[in-house]
Amino acid sequence: MSQREDEIVVDDPGAPEEESPALATTRSVEVGVYLLLLVVAFVLGFDNWRAGIGWAPDGPRPGYLPFYLCVILAGASLYGLAVAFLKRGEAAKTFVTRDQFRRVLQVFVPTFLFCLLTEWLGIYVASFLLIAGFMRFVGRIAWWKCLLTGIVFSVAMFVTFDVAFDVIMPKGPLEAAFGF
Amino acid sequence: MEAFSLLLHGFAVLLTWKTLALMLVGLLLGVFVGVLPGLGGPNGVAILLPLTFTMDPTAAIVMLSCIYWGALFGGAITSILFNIPGEAWSVATTFDGYPMAQQGKAAEALTAAFTSSFIGSLVAVLLITFLAPGIASFALRFGPPEFFAVYLLTFCSFVGLGREEKHKTIISMALGLLLAAIGMDTVSGQLRMTFGLPPLLRGINFLVAVIGLFGISEILLTMEERLALRGHSASISLRVIWNVWKDLPRYWVTLLRSSAIGCWLGITPGGAIAASFMGYNLAKRFAKDPSTFGKGRIEGVFSPETAAHASGTSALLPMLALGIPGSGTAAILLGGLMVWGLNPGPLLFVEHKDFVWGLIASMYLGNIVGLIIVLSTVPIFASILRVPFSAIAPMIVVSCAIGAFAIQNAMFDVWLMLLFGAVGYVFKKIGIPLAPFTLALVLGNRSEDAFRLSMIGAGGDLRVFWSNGLVGSISTLALILLFWPLIGRALHTAGRFRRPVKT
Repeated sequence: MSQREDEIVVDDPGAPEEESPALATTRSVEVGVYLLLLVVAFVLGFDNWRAGIGWAPDGPRPGYLPFYLCVILAGASLYGLAVAFLKRGEAAKTFVTRDQFRRVLQVFVPTFLFCLLTEWLGIYVASFLLIAGFMRFVGRIAWWKCLLTGIVFSVAMFVTFDVAFDVIMPKGPLEAAFGF
Repeated sequence: MEAFSLLLHGFAVLLTWKTLALMLVGLLLGVFVGVLPGLGGPNGVAILLPLTFTMDPTAAIVMLSCIYWGALFGGAITSILFNIPGEAWSVATTFDGYPMAQQGKAAEALTAAFTSSFIGSLVAVLLITFLAPGIASFALRFGPPEFFAVYLLTFCSFVGLGREEKHKTIISMALGLLLAAIGMDTVSGQLRMTFGLPPLLRGINFLVAVIGLFGISEILLTMEERLALRGHSASISLRVIWNVWKDLPRYWVTLLRSSAIGCWLGITPGGAIAASFMGYNLAKRFAKDPSTFGKGRIEGVFSPETAAHASGTSALLPMLALGIPGSGTAAILLGGLMVWGLNPGPLLFVEHKDFVWGLIASMYLGNIVGLIIVLSTVPIFASILRVPFSAIAPMIVVSCAIGAFAIQNAMFDVWLMLLFGAVGYVFKKIGIPLAPFTLALVLGNRSEDAFRLSMIGAGGDLRVFWSNGLVGSISTLALILLFWPLIGRALHTAGRFRRPVKT
């Protein structure tokens, strides 16, 4: 197709395939979430029960409201489970396909590593690594563009937050070497 | 006329170079955020909130609300040029906006969208100017029972009037209220649900949750989709603007109707999304030739945009007057108020006149300046989409992390943000709404305090919520709204307008 002057076209080479096999159905994920919420409701409910769920002369004790919220949460989750169970005959909707999940992990795993690196290297070095690495390995963009974008963005953030607005961020050995 | 003189005072507060510059920065950032896929009004405001921590509250709220107006404007650009709604509330704008662009009338469609956005906001701001002070002074008579009844009304109306499955709304709200209760109990000083973890002593910060739920999860959802896009570029000439504007008076009924719908749904928790669809559907229904809708009719752009903006703006009315946010973004602005050391609620109008009227004045000015900016800079913003998403995604992640960390200077919050990101992704995909969760998290402590203070005052007697006419009618209304789905089956047909039409 010829590209007209007034058109903007952006391609997405790593796009997920349309007919990629489904990893999970929405219903099975829903059931999993409801079960997890039941556990959460039970654990939190138990803690609140210990804090006191009674009614003192001057009103509810600390655990009273949260405890009954746990009961409501558990009730709504059970209802959801029942609905999911009753609908089990219907056609399943796909929660995520394998290709889609791969792409989601492509963001989630680097983000996780970024948080981990921030603990040691400080947020600015970690963000440089995240941006340059992500652009290079996920976006397959030329090296020099990746490095340049990473440096410019990290320095801009540093100047904006640490210098201009006095918002203190976690810093690591590199910033220490420059005396910050 | 008291409102008028106070408004003038607001403009006086606003007219300093620093505030005006921040306003401009806010608007540009907002349009940018609105255009980018994977970032919307609430996330933009949440991520940029830390920037404002060291500013004075008036400058801070002006900048943040301008980000919000900018995002409202920006959403329309991608809907019309690329058929990709930048925001959920601009989905209805694509129905007629994109066909117009295909016919080479992109500039007209954009002008129509921006102009109607402006009109919608203006109507809502006028409403705020003249209604909010009255509501606030009325609410000054409220004691804890009345406040609890109002909070209850908010929660119940979400459950009763929301379009999602009821049990999912209830799950979302209960979870939000539970997480809000984590940490030190404000009445007895006892620790709740901290499980001996020191970072949990402070409780779960609302803004951290919002950044994760809206920022990180949105990136995950965006990555799932095919990001290739194809669309039109456009620039708006003065001639086009004149042509659209001179036809405006012909559409006054549509504009007025959409504004009214928007204001109503903005104040009640219907939200901008419902408002835009309802505005579109009603315009189509009342048109002489409904079949031409969806084929590039300018009214199809006017109606949803006016409604969405009126709703987005009027959502700030209950926040200012009562301390109850009418939308997700308003909830985040409310979180900001608390960070800046202001106590949201009717007292704002008495104790912080500069702040309130500065904000209201900035709504007028922000919308005028915003209109001029978007009309003149559309080509630049449209070309932002040429930047590959693989460069934008990590930058958004970094901004989110900086925002989450800056709130309490805690690394724990960054991990919490990541967790909320995963939760938000799953919840969105299985249809558990996030708005009730956000609202519950921000209002949780305040409503519990109100409840327990009224209990202490009444000696533990629940009848205090029906002790006088005012509190009794609010409580009763809350219960009616909670069971509205059961009561209102007969009126169900009215709900048809709130769903998208198949085109």
